[in-house]
Formats: sequence, structure tokens, C-alpha cells
Amino acid sequence: MILLNLISKTFGDRQILRNINLKVNNGEVLAILGYSGAGKTTLLKIISALDTNFTGEYLFNGINVKKNPEKVRKHITMVFQNPTMFRGTVFENVAYGLKVRGYDKEYIRDRVSEILELLGILEFMDKNAKKLSGGEKQRVAVARALVVDVDVYIFDEPTSNLDIENIKIIEGALENIKKMDKTVIITTHNLFQARRLASTVAYMEKGEIVEVGKTEEIFKKPKDERTYKFVNGTF
Amino acid sequence: MAWDYIIEGLTGAINLIISGDAELLNILFRSIMVSGIATIYAGVIGIPIGVFIGLSDFRGKNILKSIFNAMLGIPTVVLGLILYLFLAPAGPLGFLNLLYTTMGISLGQMLLILPIVVSFTMNYIEGVDEDIKDLTLTLGADRIQMMIKVVEEASLGIILSILTAFNRAIAELGVATIIGGNIFIKGGELNTRVLTTAIQMYVTRGEINMAIALGIILISVAYTLSLLSNYLQKRWIES
Ligand SMILES: Nc1ncnc2c1ncn2[C@@H]1O[C@H](COP(=O)(O)OP(=O)(O)OP(=O)(O)O)[C@@H](O)[C@H]1O
Ligand SMILES: [Mg+2]
Repeated sequence: MILLNLISKTFGDRQILRNINLKVNNGEVLAILGYSGAGKTTLLKIISALDTNFTGEYLFNGINVKKNPEKVRKHITMVFQNPTMFRGTVFENVAYGLKVRGYDKEYIRDRVSEILELLGILEFMDKNAKKLSGGEKQRVAVARALVVDVDVYIFDEPTSNLDIENIKIIEGALENIKKMDKTVIITTHNLFQARRLASTVAYMEKGEIVEVGKTEEIFKKPKDERTYKFVNGTF
Repeated sequence: MAWDYIIEGLTGAINLIISGDAELLNILFRSIMVSGIATIYAGVIGIPIGVFIGLSDFRGKNILKSIFNAMLGIPTVVLGLILYLFLAPAGPLGFLNLLYTTMGISLGQMLLILPIVVSFTMNYIEGVDEDIKDLTLTLGADRIQMMIKVVEEASLGIILSILTAFNRAIAELGVATIIGGNIFIKGGELNTRVLTTAIQMYVTRGEINMAIALGIILISVAYTLSLLSNYLQKRWIES
């Protein structure tokens, strides 16, 4: 379980996150919505234990993340907004998370093939990852995260700038991990996507979480006017 | 004719090279050995330092960086002189008996090129996409595994720094002259003559054929290495 208690963060003298309280239960699929610059990526980097430079308390399954980020990172993986590729082939990219966990070669080969198949990029296995198209890279990035067995998967706009075909494939892969009762946190500018995938939605504005609720509630009868405006696209 | 002097020198030099003159080869191999050892030491010491500085974030980092950058331009004679003061029999490190030895030259050249290795490595490490670090960590790497990956991503730069460092070492004269002393006795085991000191000596002695031959060899070594650098860079960009 993820428990954020009064999390705040500043860059220089700009406050980017303000008193964030958030609880994400195991097996929950949470979509974080909000305008560009609302602080979604910043929050995800904290949740994924990559950024411990914040004030407030963050407990992951009871572990104090600030004190034990390395331990927590073993249970969480995040797909970044911009798909960065390691030098090397698609296979090497996707195998990385298994390699650092010390799995044997045979297992890695099978598991990577399976995931590549799921994302429809098996044929790219031996291709240079840096030379793929944007959509292909995005799929490699998703595969690279899904290949490892963790408790929480975080996706920062996994389908922005992608065409329907790519979106379908990636959402299909997400559905797959949902079925395994994993916790999923996703940010998206695509409201339909949030509605399709999420069980819970949080709406962020200017570094604050304005409202959290069941997906249908947030879309049908949000409590806060700001949320209402956002989900209805009114200004 | 004034040109005859140069043309005769060149012809003589080329003959020497083609005939595989024993003394020429002897000097070439010693040069490669001496500077090779210096480069290996500089790599073993300098790469970890460069990686460490490149990856960490501490107060005074920029000062440290500027010190290494300033050391890039140290005149080799001055370095030779400083080292001489330390290694001379009366100096604080005189007991090491490194003055007028090839090991002494290697040590001096190592100091000369250490800043090159450190600076280059550091810059290439810092040039690795910031996201790469976070990416390894979120995929489950520990700090050591993260560092290994970053070094891997910067590996071409590190190799280039080694090639550049070797080139600087083999082409320098100040340290080799002051610390090495250009000793050469036929069949001797304590010889310290290298390409640069030999060129200087043959010029002063007026043996222009030998000087030109050695000069051509020195340039060829440098040129080969820079071709190799270019080739590696091209391969790296394409891969
Ligand atoms: N390293 C940084 N230094 C300074 N300011 C930063 C830094 N990273 C982010 N910010 C600022 O923090 C704010 C929130 O950024 P963040 O990337 O979290 O937004 P976001 O909600 O993910 O936006 P988007 O939807 O465009 O991805 C922005 O105003 C951004 O300029
Ligand atoms: Mg973002």
C-alpha cells in the first residue's frame, strides 16, 4: 500500500507539490489527471522512490521510503514520459530489469520473448533500440517495465503522441497486469483512457490533489468545481 | 640547391624505415612500452576518478573540475622539472631510484595525461542522459549496477580519452628528456631513449636522416590512433 502524508516539494523557491495526501491500495488502478505542469511527473518520481528530496512522509507497505529508497525501488517500476533507450538492442533493453535481478539466461530469453510478443515487437528483438520510431520505443519502454515482476507499475503518459494502433496494444498490456492484481498508477491527458483503465481517479492542479474518487464519481459527479471543469473540458 | 638537403634527408629516412633499421625499431618499441605503461596507469587511476566525479554531486565539484582542466595545459618541461626535483637523489622521492629510468618516464607521463583521462571520462559520464540513471534504478538496479550502466553508455568516450592520452604521452618531450635523460648504449638494458628525445638528439647531431625517419614514425603512430578514434566514433554513432 502506498501512503503519502503531506508531501511537499520545491524546486528552488518554487513550490511544485503542496501537501499531497494520497492512499493507493494494492491492486488499485489509479489515474492521475491534470493540466500540463500540474506536478504529475514530479509526484510519480517521488512515488517510484527515485526522488526522495521532499518533505512529508511516504510509507510503502509500511517502509519509510525516505530512509529506504533502494529497498522500495525493488517493488516499483516506472515508465517515463519520454522513452529513453539504452544503447544496444531491443532485447538488451527489455532484459535489463531481469539481468540486474540475477535471473539466468534461459529464463530471461523466454520471458523477454513473451513480453515482446505481447507488445507486438517480437520482430524488433535484435534491432538497435535507439533507431526505432517513437511508438516502437514507447512499446519497448512498456515492455521493459512489464517484464519485471513488481508490486506497483507506474506509467507516465504511456500513450501520448501515439496512434490508435499503438494505444490499443499498450492498453492491452496494461489490462494484462491489471488482471494479475498489481497496483497501477498512470497519468494521461486522455480522459477516455482514464475512464477505460482506472478504478480510481485523482485530479491534480497547481501541485495539489484537488479530488480523489472512484472513476465514475469523478467523471459523473465530481465534488470540486475545478475537477468538474477539467473532466468536462469547460474553461 | 636548398631543397636537396631536405630531399636527401627524406630519401635517407625512407630507406631507413624500409630497411627496418634495428635502432629505429628499438626506439619505437621502447616509446610504445613507456607511454603504454603510462597510459595503463593513467587509465586505472583516472577512469575511476572521472567516473566518481562525473556521477556525484558535491560541494567543490566545479573547483575540482577546473583544477583538472587547468592541469590539461601544463607545460611538459615544467612537469619534468617538478618531477626531477622529487626524484633526484637529494629529493624526497630519490630513494625510489626512478631518475633516468623508463619507469620514471612512465610515471611522469602518467601524471601528464592523468588530467586528460579524468576530464574526458568525467565529461562523457556527465553527458550520459540524466534519465539513464533513473531508468536503471527504476528497473531494479542497485547503485553499483547503475554506475556500470552509465559507464557502459559512456564507454566510447572513455576509450577515446585513453587514445588521446596515449598520443599526448608518446609525443611529449619535456618529461622524457629531464627524467629519462635519453640514455642509449647498444644492447644495454637501462636505455631510456624514446622517439622524441631521439629526434631532438639526432637533429642537434646533424644526423638528419635518422631524425626525419623517427619523425615520420611518430607522426604515423599519432595519425593511426586518430584514424582509429574517428572510426570508433563513427561506429558508435551508427550503432
Ligand atoms: N528539475 C526541475 N527543476 C525546476 N522545475 C521543475 C523541474 N522539474 C519540473 N519542474 C517544474 O515543476 C512543475 C511540474 O512539472 P511536472 O513535470 O511534474 O508536470 P506534469 O504535470 O508532469 O506536466 P506534463 O503533463 O506536461 O507532463 C512544472 O512547472 C515544471 O516546470
Ligand atoms: Mg509529466
